[in-house]
Amino acid sequence: MNPILGIVASSISGSLNASSYESIQTVTVGAGGQSSISFTSIPATYKHLQIRALARTDRASNPQDFLQIRYNSDTGANYAYHSLYGNGASAGGNDTGTSTANPWSAIVAASTATASVFGTFVADLVDYTNTNKYKTLRSLSGIDNNDTNGRLYFQSNLWQNTAAVSTITIQPVYGTNFVQYSSFALYGVKG
Amino acid sequence: MAAGSTYTPIATTTLGSAQASYTFSSISGSYTDLILVIAGTLNSSSSVYIQCNSDTGSNYSRTYLQGNGTSATSGRDSSQTYAALGYLNSTAQGNCIFQFQNYSNATTYKTILCRAGAADDLTRAMVGLWRSTSAITSILVAPVSGSFATGTTLTLYGIAAA
Repeated sequence: MNPILGIVASSISGSLNASSYESIQTVTVGAGGQSSISFTSIPATYKHLQIRALARTDRASNPQDFLQIRYNSDTGANYAYHSLYGNGASAGGNDTGTSTANPWSAIVAASTATASVFGTFVADLVDYTNTNKYKTLRSLSGIDNNDTNGRLYFQSNLWQNTAAVSTITIQPVYGTNFVQYSSFALYGVKG
Repeated sequence: MAAGSTYTPIATTTLGSAQASYTFSSISGSYTDLILVIAGTLNSSSSVYIQCNSDTGSNYSRTYLQGNGTSATSGRDSSQTYAALGYLNSTAQGNCIFQFQNYSNATTYKTILCRAGAADDLTRAMVGLWRSTSAITSILVAPVSGSFATGTTLTLYGIAAA
């Protein structure tokens, strides 16, 4: 049994067996960009899900953008989030209040970041098939641009729905498209 | 469809004596992400840095967020000769977990996340940048000052996406 300590931002504790972590789907954005990333027909055979990504959007006039992660095609105001961040000068936090249709789930790079700079994140969706709980996602994300535009975010998201998650959709909050070479991978962790 | 299990230990070591640095070399490009886990102590409190592919140029930067039990602070450093993303001290068993996403792509600069801390001291999260589009084939990890203490473990994992 191999102790796995590297699941960052996860509520998973203790040791896991390496064979309990499986790749489910991957999307790499091609030339021309892509407005959203969808993981569909997610099997219910895992206990938790993890999304790992490298991303940049076409948001104009900004070096950073946020992305939103939503479930089962629900675009209603059924989400909430809290953030803790560092911007290289100070630490701060923000939230959305009780409900929003556009939860900030991670920070990524955008159009005025230095060419070839992408943001990255690891997000864990815990107990995604449990029909007795609202669903909670938390993430660690960041972008560094070798200047004052670096940002690091811890974020907690809530989907106020007890349905099992079978579809995940990821979109830029401000930009229109994820740019080429952005890559998103979905993994399952067995219970 | 799931592609089967993937979270593979690539290399691991437990230091038999104090050591100023450790290098994971000849890293295969067959994974999607790398995760480097360090558990242990140093002989004095220090940030823990990485250098990729033996690059000692001023091609690294970082932005961090940390809490020390009294306050939360954030800072940054640009154009460094290493990315000081981790942290350990001499008095508490701590850990540093580095995440290298898409480490073998030859198109993007490499953005690295790290969480680190020593429970009697501070906890820290960082994002670092290595301004190179080269695939990462080796990682040197070392304290900015001092050495890794005897018994410190360093393990590199690979994750392969479907």
